[in-house]
Amino acid sequence: MTSAVRRRFVLAIPWLWVTLVLFAPLLLVLKISFATAQISVPPYSEFFARTDGVIVGIQATLANYALMFSDALYVKAYLGSVKIAAISTVIALLLGYPMAYAIARARPERRGLLLVLVMLPFWTSFLVRIYAWQTLLRPTGLINSALETLGLIDAPLRMLNTPGAVCLGIVYAYLPFMVLPLYARLEKLDPALLEAAADLGAKPWRAFLSVTLPLSLPGVLAGCLLVFIPAVGEYVIPELMGGPDTLMIGKILWTEFFNNRDWPLASAVTVILLIVLVAPIMLFQAVQARASRSP
Amino acid sequence: MAPVLRIDAVTKRFGAVVAVDDVSIDIGANECVALLGASGCGKTTLLRIMAGLEQPDSGRVFIGDDDVTAAPPYARPVNMMFQSYALFPHMTVHENVAFGLKQDGIKGAELTVRADEALKAVELGDLGARKPHQLSGGQRQRVALARCIAKRPRVLLLDEPMAALDKHLRERTQLELLALRKRLGISFVVVTHDQGEAMAMADRVAVMENGRILQLAPPRDLYERPANIQVARFFGDINVWNGVARSDGAVEIAHLGITVAVDGKHVPGESVAVALRPERIAVAPVGGPGLRGRIEDLVYLGSGTTYFVRTPLGGVVRVLAPNTGTPFAHGESVTLTWPAAALMVLAP
Ligand SMILES: Nc1ncnc2c1ncn2[C@@H]1O[C@H](COP(=O)(O)OP(=O)(O)OP(=O)(O)O)[C@@H](O)[C@H]1O
Ligand SMILES: [Mg+2]
Repeated sequence: MTSAVRRRFVLAIPWLWVTLVLFAPLLLVLKISFATAQISVPPYSEFFARTDGVIVGIQATLANYALMFSDALYVKAYLGSVKIAAISTVIALLLGYPMAYAIARARPERRGLLLVLVMLPFWTSFLVRIYAWQTLLRPTGLINSALETLGLIDAPLRMLNTPGAVCLGIVYAYLPFMVLPLYARLEKLDPALLEAAADLGAKPWRAFLSVTLPLSLPGVLAGCLLVFIPAVGEYVIPELMGGPDTLMIGKILWTEFFNNRDWPLASAVTVILLIVLVAPIMLFQAVQARASRSP
Repeated sequence: MAPVLRIDAVTKRFGAVVAVDDVSIDIGANECVALLGASGCGKTTLLRIMAGLEQPDSGRVFIGDDDVTAAPPYARPVNMMFQSYALFPHMTVHENVAFGLKQDGIKGAELTVRADEALKAVELGDLGARKPHQLSGGQRQRVALARCIAKRPRVLLLDEPMAALDKHLRERTQLELLALRKRLGISFVVVTHDQGEAMAMADRVAVMENGRILQLAPPRDLYERPANIQVARFFGDINVWNGVARSDGAVEIAHLGITVAVDGKHVPGESVAVALRPERIAVAPVGGPGLRGRIEDLVYLGSGTTYFVRTPLGGVVRVLAPNTGTPFAHGESVTLTWPAAALMVLAP
C-alpha cells in the first residue's frame, strides 16, 4: 500500500464509526420527526408517498415542531432542563475548580492518588449510588433522622423529589468530568508565572484573577460543556430524585416515546434539543480556536 | 551610604541540603553585584530570598532601613527577572509590561506612557501588540527586562539574564544592561555562572560554593588577590604550588626545586600554598637566571599560546605567553621568570 492509500484507510475507520453511530441515526431521527404518529409497525407514517411501490412524493409535516412551540409544556421543559443543568454546572464548577487546583498544586507523587479518588465513585454502579442518595435524603432517611434526633427540626425536611435533589444528583454524578479537564489545564500552568505576578506587585487574589483564571479558561469551558450537555438531556436522575414539579426534557422524551408511543413528536423533541446543545459547543470551538492560536 | 538591600546572616535549608549557609551581603545604591558559582551552589535561592519568593530559615533581609524578612514578594520594592522570563502568555507585550504598573494603581494615560517608556528603553517600542510566543528569545528577554524596569524598583534581581542568548547577543546585552543601570540609577544583583560575565558587569562579585560566600570583592581583587584556592581556580587556570616556610620567611617549593620570597609572616615549617597566574610568567630561551624546563606540550589559542613546561624535578608549570616573538617548539628548553609581586599566598 502506498502511504496515501494507507492514510485514507486509517482515516476511513473513524469516519465509518461516526457515520454509523452518529450521522445515520441522526438522519433517521430527523426523518421521523417530520412524520405523523399512527398505530402501525413502526408507529409512524412513511416519509415517502408511494403508489404501487413507486415514490410519487414525500409526506412531511411540521406539525410536531409546531406543537412544541404552541404547547407551553415543551418550552417549559426545555427551559427547566437548561436551568437545572446550568445551576448544576455552576455548582460543579465552584466545587471542581478548587479540587482541581488543589490536586494540580499537590506534590507530583500524590496527584495520581488524588485523581483516582475523584474517579472512585465510577467504580460502583451509578444506580446504586443514586439509590444511596435516596436513602440519605428521603423523609425517613439518615439526614432527617439525624437532624430530628439532635432536635434541630420537628418535622422531616423535604429533600428528595425536589429540583435541589436533581441538581445534587447531577453535580454528584458529573463532578469528575469537571475536575479532569480543569486539572489537565492547571497542572500545565507554570508556577513561575504566579511568582512573577507576585513579584510585580499582585496580591494572591489578583494574581489568580489575572493569570491563573484566564489561562485555565479552556479547561473551565471544557468542564462546563462536559457537565452541561449530558445534564440537559438527563433522564435517570430527575426520574429517581426529582418530583412531579421538576419538569425536564429527558422525562418528556421518555413519556412521548414509551408511554404515548409518539415517535415523531419524540424525534422532534430530540432535534430541538440537539439544536439547543449545538450552540454552546460552537462557542467552545471558537474559544478553543482562539486559545490554540495564542497558547 | 546606607545599603539599599542588606542580607544579614541568612540560612536556607531544603531538607538536608543547605542551599544558603549563613550569608551576609550588602548591596549599595547604584551598585551591581554578581553572584557567581557553580550549578547548585545556592545563587538562585539567595536571589529568591531577596525577592521574597523564599523564606529564610534564619537571618534577616533589609531594604533600606525596613526589615522585610517576613514581607511577601508583592510588598517589596524589588523586581526579579526570571531565568525562564515567565512572561504571561495570554497578554500582549504591552500588557505584560503594564501589569506591574497596574498593581501600583497606575491607570489611564500614565499607564500607557510608562509602559511605552520601558519598552522604548529596551528598543521594543514597536512590538507592543505582539504576544510573547511571537517573539525571538532575545526579544522575550528584553520584554522581561522592560516589565521589571517599568516598576522602577530599588533593586533589580536578574537570574542568569543572558543564559538563553548566543555569545554575540550576550556581549551586546551586557553592555546595554550596564548603560541602562547608569541611566536608571538602580542597583543590580546578577546571578551568573560565567566568570567573564561577572567580571564584565559587576562592581563586586560574590563567589559562592555550597551555599557560602567564599569571597566578596571587586573583580580585580578577586583575580589578583583571591582569598583561597577555590576562588583563584574560579577565575581561569592557575599554578598552585604547595611549599614549606623556612626560617628566613621564604617558601621552599620542593617539587620544583625553588625557593620564593612571599608576602606575610609564616611560622617555619608551616605549609603554604603559593599561586601564580600563567600569564604572569615569561618564557625565554635557555640562559640567564630563572626556572629551567622543557616544553612538554603546547596549545595554540590565537592571541596566545599555553605552554606546559616540565621542570627537571618533574613538576609541570603552566604558562600563557602572547604570540608576539618566535614561538617555542615541542621539546625546546626554556627559562621561566616572573615578577616577585605576581606570587600570591593562598589560604589552604
Ligand atoms: N525548592 C527546592 N526544593 C528542594 N531543594 C531545592 C529547591 N530549590 C533549590 N534546591 C536545592 O538547593 C541547592 C541550591 O539551588 P539553587 O537553585 O539556588 O542553585 P543555583 O546556584 O541557582 O544553581 P544553577 O546554576 O544550576 O541555577 C541545590 O542543591 C538545589 O537542589
Ligand atoms: Mg539558578
